[in-house]
Amino acid sequence: MNLLVGALSIGFLLSLLTLGVFITYRVMGRLDLTTDGSFGLGAAVAAALLAHGVNPILATVAAAAAGWLAGATTGLIYVLLGVDTLLAGILVTTALYTIQLYIMGGGNLSLGALQTLPGAAERLWFALHLPESITLGDTSVRAGLFSSLLVFVAWVLFSIWVLARFLRTELGLALRAAGGNAQASRALAIDTGLMVTLGLLLANGLVALAGALFAQYQGFANVSMGIGQIVSGLACLVLGEGLLGRATLRRQILGTLFGTITFRLLVALALVAGLPADALKLSTAVFVLAALVIPGVIARGRRRLGPAAGRP
Amino acid sequence: MSAPTLEALGLTHTFAAGTPSEQLALQDVDLIMEPRSWVVVLGANGSGKSTLLNAIAGSLIPDRGTVRVSGRDVTHWHEWRRSALIGRVFQSPATGSIGHLTVAENLAVAAKRGRHRAVLRNPLSRAGRRELADRVRELGLGLEDRLDTPVGALSGGQRQALTLLMATLVRPELLLLDEHTAALDPRSTEQVVQLTEQIIRKEGFTTLMVTHSMHQAVTLGDRVILMHRGRIVESISGARKRQLRVEELLASFDRLRNADLVDESAAEMLRRLYI
Repeated sequence: MNLLVGALSIGFLLSLLTLGVFITYRVMGRLDLTTDGSFGLGAAVAAALLAHGVNPILATVAAAAAGWLAGATTGLIYVLLGVDTLLAGILVTTALYTIQLYIMGGGNLSLGALQTLPGAAERLWFALHLPESITLGDTSVRAGLFSSLLVFVAWVLFSIWVLARFLRTELGLALRAAGGNAQASRALAIDTGLMVTLGLLLANGLVALAGALFAQYQGFANVSMGIGQIVSGLACLVLGEGLLGRATLRRQILGTLFGTITFRLLVALALVAGLPADALKLSTAVFVLAALVIPGVIARGRRRLGPAAGRP
Repeated sequence: MSAPTLEALGLTHTFAAGTPSEQLALQDVDLIMEPRSWVVVLGANGSGKSTLLNAIAGSLIPDRGTVRVSGRDVTHWHEWRRSALIGRVFQSPATGSIGHLTVAENLAVAAKRGRHRAVLRNPLSRAGRRELADRVRELGLGLEDRLDTPVGALSGGQRQALTLLMATLVRPELLLLDEHTAALDPRSTEQVVQLTEQIIRKEGFTTLMVTHSMHQAVTLGDRVILMHRGRIVESISGARKRQLRVEELLASFDRLRNADLVDESAAEMLRRLYI
């Protein structure tokens, strides 16, 4: 049960990463490799600020702002220098590795005794005289797990709400238009280069926020924790689309949340069932490849079998 | 006396310059359009008519020449910035609107062409939707009941009609129509042409329309220009335009083709003489 609540917490906080991948991959139609860099950057900035005694809320917001900077850098390299976003993202992520080392003053930074968001939530929990553990089924779950779950749920739901509102505003619509059809958007007087930059900025802010929350959840930041995050974000994205479809914006946004939670529960189950933790990235990559390729293969198979195939 | 709506002067452009596939697309083209005029551009494939339109819209920066819209020199403006003054409908119905956004969302985006796009304002509030529904009702296509349909699900004709409305939702100084019925079936073509004429006549939009339909060139607009090999070779307006018949245009095209043949046989003769 502890594992389940833990998986739920990770699922919630990493849904911000999935939401970032959704903005770049689905809304802007671009795969943004800055994702890996800004996840680690968010973790590094939050950890370094916490180590300097900065308020956890402030440190988390600053981490998101660092993500904005990373995304905007990729965007500006694309707009001003004409370098493709894919390459620009790789360059920025590579550069960010060094920057993370500088920020953390090394490859690892432990948050063990520091004031973090989950820690603050736990103290608040006890200050309100709530029970020290809660019994679910036949196991008891530590209060700390619950309080950190609650604080992540609050951050994440607020971020999702703000983003969903923004995507329906005049500027948000222009952003979606630029991602969907650049030629039509230019003909409607939308500065598409600016919109790509804005999309990258928003997405990487969310990704860095996820990194900051994740570091505080696990109690340390590591320079390599961003590696492969874009793939796990994609895995959650396609899983969410499989669950809720892509019919409306609301479904897509909720899909990132449900997809991430489902994915983390599956990961937890797989680990319990004996999947070695080292095999996780390989399994995730295979899953994403399969999820992206199999629907196309099925559709082609149906066409080959003729129009009658696939009907009951 | 106000400035002409469009002054395109000395437009010259070569594709793939310096390579074996070099092609002179525009040769010193001048085009001046007075407010509320409607010019139809006719020409064979490769005559430069789409290049002319693209150079005016800013999708292509010509090697030489200047473009002024209502007195403003827009030669060095980005395409998106020019679009604040220019409304456009493209040949493919898929090009002019955003397929995965709904009819209402597309209209909301178009309603802000050349205007400030607010960070906080939701344009599809109840009042906003009602306003858009009223505008779309004028098209007479029943789209007001399909405001929440993704534009990609509309037929080509419906989509072009919607794009036409989107291009004119904010009054454009200049409306560019680039063979906007060429990809449609005959019935949809008729509908969209009718709608085009109705909107342009009612609102008095200054319009530059490229077509390869001689029928449209005869029946629409108040001036026809013929393009050939990157030049404007004939301009027909006034009484002559009003009495213009398809046969006359066909004859013009035949003359141009014969001139080409003469050119080619002359070149062939020269080759034989000197090689």
